[in-house]
Amino acid sequence: MLTYISRRALYSIPVILIATFLSFWAVRSTFDPTAKVRVSRTGARAAEQIRVRLHLHDSIFEQYGYWLGDAVQGDLGDSERTHEAVGTMMTRAFGNTLQLIGWGVLISALIAVALGVYSATHQYSKLDYTFTGLSFVGLAMPAFWFGLIAIQWLAVWPKETFNLNDPIFYSVGLHSGDQSGMFNLDYVRHLVLPVLTLTVLTIAEWSRFQRASMLDVMSADYIRTARAKGVPRRSVVIRHGLRNALIPLVTVVALDVGALFGGAIITESIFSIDGMGRLFIDSINAGDVQVLTAWVVVTAVFIVAFNLLADVLYGVLDPRIRLS
Amino acid sequence: MDNPTATDLPTVAVTGEPTRAPMIGPLLSVRNLSVSFSTDDGIVRAVDSASFDVMANETVGIVGESGSGKTVTSMAILGLLPKTAKITGEITFRGESLIDASERQLEQIRGKQIAMIFQDALAALNPVYSVGKQIAEAIRVHNPDVGKPAMRERCIELLDLVGIPNPTERVDQFPHEYSGGMRQRAMIAMSIANEPELLIADEPTTALDVTIQAQVLEVLERIQDRTNSAIMLITHDLGVVAGVADRVVVMYAGRQVEVGSVDQIFYEPRHAYTEGLLASLPRLDRRADKHSRLHRIVGQPPSLIFLPTGCAFHPRCPHAEVPGRCDSERPELVDVGPAHQSSCFFADRVAAAVKVDQS
Repeated sequence: MLTYISRRALYSIPVILIATFLSFWAVRSTFDPTAKVRVSRTGARAAEQIRVRLHLHDSIFEQYGYWLGDAVQGDLGDSERTHEAVGTMMTRAFGNTLQLIGWGVLISALIAVALGVYSATHQYSKLDYTFTGLSFVGLAMPAFWFGLIAIQWLAVWPKETFNLNDPIFYSVGLHSGDQSGMFNLDYVRHLVLPVLTLTVLTIAEWSRFQRASMLDVMSADYIRTARAKGVPRRSVVIRHGLRNALIPLVTVVALDVGALFGGAIITESIFSIDGMGRLFIDSINAGDVQVLTAWVVVTAVFIVAFNLLADVLYGVLDPRIRLS
Repeated sequence: MDNPTATDLPTVAVTGEPTRAPMIGPLLSVRNLSVSFSTDDGIVRAVDSASFDVMANETVGIVGESGSGKTVTSMAILGLLPKTAKITGEITFRGESLIDASERQLEQIRGKQIAMIFQDALAALNPVYSVGKQIAEAIRVHNPDVGKPAMRERCIELLDLVGIPNPTERVDQFPHEYSGGMRQRAMIAMSIANEPELLIADEPTTALDVTIQAQVLEVLERIQDRTNSAIMLITHDLGVVAGVADRVVVMYAGRQVEVGSVDQIFYEPRHAYTEGLLASLPRLDRRADKHSRLHRIVGQPPSLIFLPTGCAFHPRCPHAEVPGRCDSERPELVDVGPAHQSSCFFADRVAAAVKVDQS
């Protein structure tokens, strides 16, 4: 098992290098870091300073080399927009996104597995059809649309109808002004709507996947063997069915989570959460090259890392992979 | 209790397993069993009024080609058919009906009194659990109190009994680490874990090469000597049946066509289908001239949705009188000798043909 993991980890090093280089190259060739200073009176000199600082006279490979050298030492440069260290900004944004995604993924996975297993074991039942119909709605519903509906129905209407001082669920940020911390009611009231918005699509997608995977497994010969041994139905479903049906789902979830770190942009924008998505939009609008570079590279690393995690989990769950 | 020697079957029941009551009458009795499935294309009659008995300690071979209803019959006995299956008739085990039994009652019987050996052990064993774990599960379901070390000990003994080399190491391995023959033995070890009174072996040797086939059959016979269990051996391979079975049921298109002792079936077949099957066996004792080919039964087995009228075998039968009784009247299973039944109107013609051939 250890050799399997270390081999997988070694494989991902070149992937990370290539992915980060391509990301770096894409940002550097799209944005001109000197654009903002060039037009001013002292423009020429300021622009030259920036070129020297970012090694823009060198080839893209050397630029990447300098950037990477600094990055691995924890120096991602400073934002041209806020003049803050990029590392600090990324850490803060990442922390907020992590809260959103952590809860979102946990809840989505639990609900999706439950729905998928129920649908598969009660195939063609009324509830199965209901879940199928709802999942199509979920798949078709854009996050920006669902988010607004959720705000209107669950935050605005109840507040107006019952004349409340505060909405039941907040729709801005993760905390009220004077609050902080992760385990209080205020936090939960802030989290419900964005997490709900985020989970609609993932639940719809994963429950479909889990249903298909479970149906596939439940028709396998070893399920019949387990029943022929006298194993009660519930144990057959969980110990033999679910255990095997989870293997493909885990892969899908791990891959999706990696992508979500950069992909919760819409949800974060709707609910004004200072996460990775907001940071990305703000940096693009400001042409903040240092932040953008770091953002794209870190996101790429995350996607690769979760690919690696998917591989490792696959090995943990399936002995046939682990030992070969 | 004495230490079990290597040749003893590991005793599985923890405390006083009631000694088996002496059996009067058959262990398993199947009467007019019919199983049909509704499909989009029509009703599939997988099994059509099958009736046979399995006595204690007896080996009954159920022979027929793919789609003749062998496996569906065994699934019906264990109540493992999907809910969409329409089952009529009677199945009694030790005098108690299995058709009327609740799922809970069936769970008590499955794996404990009636166990099943499936074909294609790679697919029939769960890939994510070690072989030992899967055998242990079979034991634990019926004996929840067995402790971990005792359980492991027992799994190793069972693997040893079915001839798995190095059972102490093998017990922790996964099915994909076993060879095909070993997997089938592991499957057998699992099925005999609770010393069932009836073992249903569904094509246990299919997809194994001939030497491994022989070993697996030898294990089955050895197990039977130890546990006195009855075996229902489902196969399409007459050679397997000849070596192991006491009695044979020949099935065609979901119907029984002939029932008899193994000698009767092989030397005095009274149904044209059995005759055809026997003639199709490659034989060492008969000299074939250079150009002669292996005999085959002309045509294809019929669709179970659109069965031929009358005798289902008549379109392929060399003795059939068409038009006549064969394509208009359904033949019943009738006695053609002591404990020998055939559902052929012209059983005597088959007998005559066989006689000419054998002389």
